[in-house]
Amino acid sequence: MAVAFDEMNIPGGDLRPAYQELARWLKETPPEALEYRRQEAELLFRRIGITFAVYGEAESTERLIPFDVIPRIMSGKEWALLEKGLKQRVRALNMFLRDIYHGRDILRAEVVPDDLIFQNPVFRPEMNGQQVPHDVYVHIAGIDIVRVDANDFIVLEDNARTPSGVSYMLENREIMMRLFPDLFARHRVAPVERYPDELLAALRSVAPQSASGEPTVALLTPGVYNSAYYEHSFLADKLGIELVEGRDLIVKNNEVFMRTTEGLKRVDVIYRRVDDDFLDPLTFRPDSVLGVPGLMSAYAAGNITLANAVGTGIADDKAIYSYMPDIVKFYLGEEPILKNVPTWRCREPKDLAYVLDNLNDLVVKEVHGSGGYGMLIGPAATKATIEAFREKLKREPEGFIAQPTLALSTCPTCTASGLAPRHVDLRPFVLTGSRRTTIVPGGLTRVALKEGSLVVNSSQGGGTKDTWILDE
Amino acid sequence: MLSRTAENLYWLARYVERAEYLARTIDATLRVTALPAAYIGKTNEWDSALLTAGVAASFYQQYQEANETNVVDYLSFSADNPSSIRNCIEAARLNSRSVRTALTSEMWDTINSAWIELQAVWSKGTSTREDLAKFLRFVQETSLRFDGSAYRTMLRNDAYWFSRMGVHLERADNTARILDVKYHVLLPEEEHVGGPLDFYQWSSILRSVSALTAYHWVYRETLKPWLIADLLILNDTLPRSLASCYGNLVRNLDQIGVAYGRQGPAQRHARGIRNRLEHSNMNDIFQHGVHEFIQEFIADNSRLGEIITRQYLI
Repeated sequence: MAVAFDEMNIPGGDLRPAYQELARWLKETPPEALEYRRQEAELLFRRIGITFAVYGEAESTERLIPFDVIPRIMSGKEWALLEKGLKQRVRALNMFLRDIYHGRDILRAEVVPDDLIFQNPVFRPEMNGQQVPHDVYVHIAGIDIVRVDANDFIVLEDNARTPSGVSYMLENREIMMRLFPDLFARHRVAPVERYPDELLAALRSVAPQSASGEPTVALLTPGVYNSAYYEHSFLADKLGIELVEGRDLIVKNNEVFMRTTEGLKRVDVIYRRVDDDFLDPLTFRPDSVLGVPGLMSAYAAGNITLANAVGTGIADDKAIYSYMPDIVKFYLGEEPILKNVPTWRCREPKDLAYVLDNLNDLVVKEVHGSGGYGMLIGPAATKATIEAFREKLKREPEGFIAQPTLALSTCPTCTASGLAPRHVDLRPFVLTGSRRTTIVPGGLTRVALKEGSLVVNSSQGGGTKDTWILDE
Repeated sequence: MLSRTAENLYWLARYVERAEYLARTIDATLRVTALPAAYIGKTNEWDSALLTAGVAASFYQQYQEANETNVVDYLSFSADNPSSIRNCIEAARLNSRSVRTALTSEMWDTINSAWIELQAVWSKGTSTREDLAKFLRFVQETSLRFDGSAYRTMLRNDAYWFSRMGVHLERADNTARILDVKYHVLLPEEEHVGGPLDFYQWSSILRSVSALTAYHWVYRETLKPWLIADLLILNDTLPRSLASCYGNLVRNLDQIGVAYGRQGPAQRHARGIRNRLEHSNMNDIFQHGVHEFIQEFIADNSRLGEIITRQYLI
């Protein structure tokens, strides 16, 4: 594996310009002061109740995500490039979805194979021919980005369904500003606080035509036991919209209403944080109690906008991921600004042969798997595991893709033995409304707190950092 | 506002109020049972505490007899007793989480930090009297902070009024329950036998509704049972009296009625109860039977709860 890109230090001893002021400040600040602020931050998180739930843990169902007080910094120039790339990518995602559920030019041009769409469980035939306002499918996208060198941003994953984490971006900044006013005085950090306003504007801009002049927006949550519930209530509060559960909504004459103390009130746009499968028991899983019976028929009648649209899973699926560079080129006629992780599609004989020859060095993933299940990490696996996997792969090659293990970039991070480099990724949030696509400068930086670990997931020892984009 | 939000706010306030009331009841019972037997007679005060908390039936399914250890545990820490202080605080926190957008940050902070603090108490319990006293004080202070932060920080709109209705409905129920259990020591016939025994019973009643000092200010008299009944039922200057609770309930319901531009059965029913209280005097009440009066009130009060639920909360 290659040596990881260090975001602060240039090999040879110099600092990257964006980190110079931070390095100076760190030198002046005694380690106890850092530790003290870290504890203070944790206390604040707990008091505000910024917790997430861990399923299947009886002991405590609410946990804190560890917060690292050392910010992750990017220069304005780096951000400008990333921003351009993100807008390009999300534009392509939306055009792809529009095409898949309408004309299907891309399938006819044989850029993406048919079976990857039609045999995919996240493809929603209910969406065929369905008009969505302004052709926006992915109103909120969370694109996971990693860096392996100074010049390139690589997309690890597109999240086009119900991406979460934006509350951490906002709360991390609030808490950093509270704890380190002196550090902010020495940097020009681009603010992130207008995100809720941008989100509300985007959601309102895609209201259905039958909505009144002041469209009513609501946030649909699975409820207080959902792992991201804090974020749902936080966003509803910041947006000034009702936080509704399925049982608060009712469909009458193909319109959606919420039950209020003054009777029924029409809802025009639902920012839903409930997965497709659970949205409407009449259309999808009949056992869902989180959804709203009849919601899909109101949607088909064009009386409600769902953000994100139903069926966006087909755009962020692992099987589709490897085609993203071609998808960008197909719709926009441009070279993709953001790179993909090189991916071998085992369905293609040439790729399969390569993968079988190099299983020791590759990560092999199930196309429809998630959360790291059914995955082979070659460099860390035993011979027997690899051989067993080889057989599986030969039996059903179309079910797998393979990627090299990536050396994620590192940032200085507080550890038990002082500051040390730890691997990070970044999830910026891309908002698309009727007229424009916006990204607040920043995102959620996740950090693998264990030494050498590449796993940034909060369920497996990952933490978060504030992300600073310097305004030069 | 969402019906579910109103429902959560209303129940949140009820749970906090109930937790405080339970803490006061335990506190008052501890005081009275600490007296030498000659001062309090043969009644089992822990049994009374269970009755006023309305959980005697479920308690006796689990225990043979009521004593300090098992009643304090059942009312404070039991996870099986749905109205224990513990479950009230847990439910209050869950309700708060469900309606965070309708709470001010001060209210959320009060409930959430109390909940965090009390996790240690749930797991370890209170080993000494001092610990227990500290715990009971903490619960009462939490309720005061919650009430105070609601009063000082909430917008005066339907969210506030639904929350206040929860407080007053619960409070009326609690005061009525004490009267229901203790009415026999307040009967006029007892006047002549009002020895030291009843004195401590009476002061205990007043203490459990935090009205001992108030009594002296209002009546400038030694403790007399019919005056205590008067204070708790009819005197609308005492915040925990039935009359005061209903003055407030009628006001809150009217405010909601005006804001929504229409009234319903809840407004009418509450006004009916208030009018009955306004036009009563203690003589009549004693003549017709305190017990019957109180029982009727408890039923009426819980009916109002049902009507409010039907009209606004579902």
